Amino acid sequence: MTDMNMPGKIAPRITGARIGHFAQQYGVLIIIVALLIGLSFASDSFFTARNLLNILNQSAPLAIIACALTLVIIGGGFDLSTGAIFGVASVSAGWLAVNVDPYLAIIAGPMIGLVLGAINGIIITGFGVHSFLVTLATSLVYRGIAILITGGALIPVRIAEFSWLGRERIGMVNVAVIVFLLFMLLMMFLLNRTTFGRKVFAVGGNEEAALLSGVRTNLVKIMTFCLTGGAAGLAGVIAVSRISMAEPQAGAGMELEAIAAVILGGTSIMGGSGAVWRSVSGVLLIALIGNGFNILNVNPFFKDLTTGVIIVIAVALAASASRR
Amino acid sequence: MTPTDIAVRVEGVAKSFGNTRILNDITIDFHAGSVHALVGENGAGKSSVGKIIGGYYSADEGTVEIFGDRVTKFSPRDALMRGVAMIHQELQLVPELTVLQNVFLGLETQRAGVLLKGDLTRFYELEKTCQFGLDPNARVARLRIAERQKVEIMRAVAREARIIIMDEPTSSLTEDEADRLHALIARLKAQGTTIIYVSHFLDHIIANCDRVTVMRDGQVIRTDPIAGETKQSLVDSMLGKASEIIWPELPPPPPADTPPVAELRNVYTQTGLKDISLTIRPGEVVGLIGLVGSGRTEIGHALFGADRILSGSYLLEGEVQTGLTIHKAVKRGVALVPEDRRKQGLVLTQTTRPNVSLATLDNIAGLGILKPRAERQRVRRMVEHFGITPGRVDGEVAYYSGGNQQKVLLSKWAVERPKLLILDEPSRGVDIGARQRIHEFIVEMAASGVGILLISSEIEEVINLSHRGYLMSEGRIFAEENSADLGVEQALNRIFHQQSANETSEKGVNA
Repeated sequence: MTDMNMPGKIAPRITGARIGHFAQQYGVLIIIVALLIGLSFASDSFFTARNLLNILNQSAPLAIIACALTLVIIGGGFDLSTGAIFGVASVSAGWLAVNVDPYLAIIAGPMIGLVLGAINGIIITGFGVHSFLVTLATSLVYRGIAILITGGALIPVRIAEFSWLGRERIGMVNVAVIVFLLFMLLMMFLLNRTTFGRKVFAVGGNEEAALLSGVRTNLVKIMTFCLTGGAAGLAGVIAVSRISMAEPQAGAGMELEAIAAVILGGTSIMGGSGAVWRSVSGVLLIALIGNGFNILNVNPFFKDLTTGVIIVIAVALAASASRR
Repeated sequence: MTPTDIAVRVEGVAKSFGNTRILNDITIDFHAGSVHALVGENGAGKSSVGKIIGGYYSADEGTVEIFGDRVTKFSPRDALMRGVAMIHQELQLVPELTVLQNVFLGLETQRAGVLLKGDLTRFYELEKTCQFGLDPNARVARLRIAERQKVEIMRAVAREARIIIMDEPTSSLTEDEADRLHALIARLKAQGTTIIYVSHFLDHIIANCDRVTVMRDGQVIRTDPIAGETKQSLVDSMLGKASEIIWPELPPPPPADTPPVAELRNVYTQTGLKDISLTIRPGEVVGLIGLVGSGRTEIGHALFGADRILSGSYLLEGEVQTGLTIHKAVKRGVALVPEDRRKQGLVLTQTTRPNVSLATLDNIAGLGILKPRAERQRVRRMVEHFGITPGRVDGEVAYYSGGNQQKVLLSKWAVERPKLLILDEPSRGVDIGARQRIHEFIVEMAASGVGILLISSEIEEVINLSHRGYLMSEGRIFAEENSADLGVEQALNRIFHQQSANETSEKGVNA
């Protein structure tokens, strides 16, 4: 048996691979910069601190989810339940703010998300079912819980001690933006500077090798789902405090937006590689496209179409670069 | 000789993967209508020659001509169009389809894409040549490996392949089945088909082939008619006059009364180990000698906490282990270098640094936070120690040669000295230089007091690099010997003898 264990049929073509590598590495950033420049020329009101901060503020909840979701996807998982967790956290926090205590509500949202995420992780690892299926199912369950909590009704939450989170500013900067930035830094730190982050990469890159290196792979996976659940909960609380209204259908479709942002950023859907900054770039790119449509007064009917086309182009670019 | 008498002409072919040259200046003529054997040791390059002719690899240099036509496009599909079919070690069938559907995959009786009846008639037509006696309606997933192989062969015959490359066709067949395969080869040859027969069963080659090419280290040593060859003459050419392998000297074994670092007592596992008892002392290299499937790897996995022990006990440094997991085993200083480095060993999406660090992250972190400088220093030390090339701390392991990948994998465990090191096929598929370094590493580790369990398909390697050896067959240890007292042939004979003894005793029970 002449099994040479060679790295497949690889012909190293340095130049092509390098160009491809660069495109794969920084494709999103290139598109973002192009959009920033283009929109600045197209409209005077675009490149202003006010508008840019506004974009950040509006994207904060989605960006928080995308940051944490990056860890799940690098770890080889998938989470379709973030939108539903967002909903449960929204109505729970709303109800608690009105009926119990607004500060408790702010703390409880992320905690509830954490628990729901843990449930995802435990089912996935305990039964060995693919995370795609598990979170698809739990998203229905969680959404059902959200509806049961309010009986399907909306909960108005007009309490200053609660709504500061989504509405107040420190100087020019919204509190929500600060929360998002802190959360992003935390995720970056976890992923790049801790043993946990290392294990996440290993589990997603080669689970068997991680296991045979003594990594408790199931624990690592559960923790990534916990973090993402917590992030969805936090995002839900921010959204409720911003619009002063908790609704059980809040966050519907957000799970797909978050996944789109992560993938658009260039994190591999196969797991094992990616970065938090990539997902933030993905979120910003989607937000910029939306903002551009508003500012330029283009027919909003084209917005989804354009976003979709850009995602396809970005993902195709990344794929062609990785196919060396 | 006219060009048409040559079915395949390979001339000056070279092939490299990364920095490893696996074929060098290969020139072989395969005569039409003959059975031509390729022999050589593991890693000699015989399968790679087959894969180049079969279109699976492209040649970096040199030319390949099939019936006088120069091949410029290498793909299995193009090869098939030229009448070249390859039958693999890893079979390539669609398990959910039936035998019939697999045999005629892509060649179905059809009109405008609509399937028609008639395949079955063609199947029985084919069966006249093959005489395999396969049920055309059986699902391939349910067939044994040997039967699947027959399906592959029928598939090649159905495609009217003029050249069939068979890579280790008899490795999973019983002697009886092998005889039938050889009869088929004779029939195919009579019809003018050329067979390229890659194998290391020398008896089969001498009995069934017309010509033989002996390969060593990616080069052709000689091509001759089989007439006049003996097993000995082939082995001499395969190994070379003076064996190029220099075995490093082992440190003296620890005194017999040294308490063992690991001990198994009458262990049974779900993976088929039966009544396994063994000891490994610090500073001692213990070898497992047996054929593939004899339970060697399973012992390694049991010691590593990867497989559950059903009964019997496992002692690490004198302490009985219960509910051992890999995580706990690693914490206690057990290390396993698995046999398949790409699937089980390395995280190929990552660079050298995280791969080396993965098993011992806690040693370069405080409160879970990594210390980048300490990590880099540690990895750099390993890169230098093993002479890993490219010598970068963040090299892309995925594109390293087999030998350097293996060195990265060894670094993962060498970076913090383990107490028990289990090496499963540590030098499989690596070049001579890396192999030498890996052997030195084994000696280094033993000298520093690590207990080592060495598992290798190359009996010569186990015997020369271990103090003691356990002989295994069918999940059992049947003998324990000082490795110095064992010879390769003697060890093999005893294993085969044991195996046939097992078979007769089983038959006796059944009768």
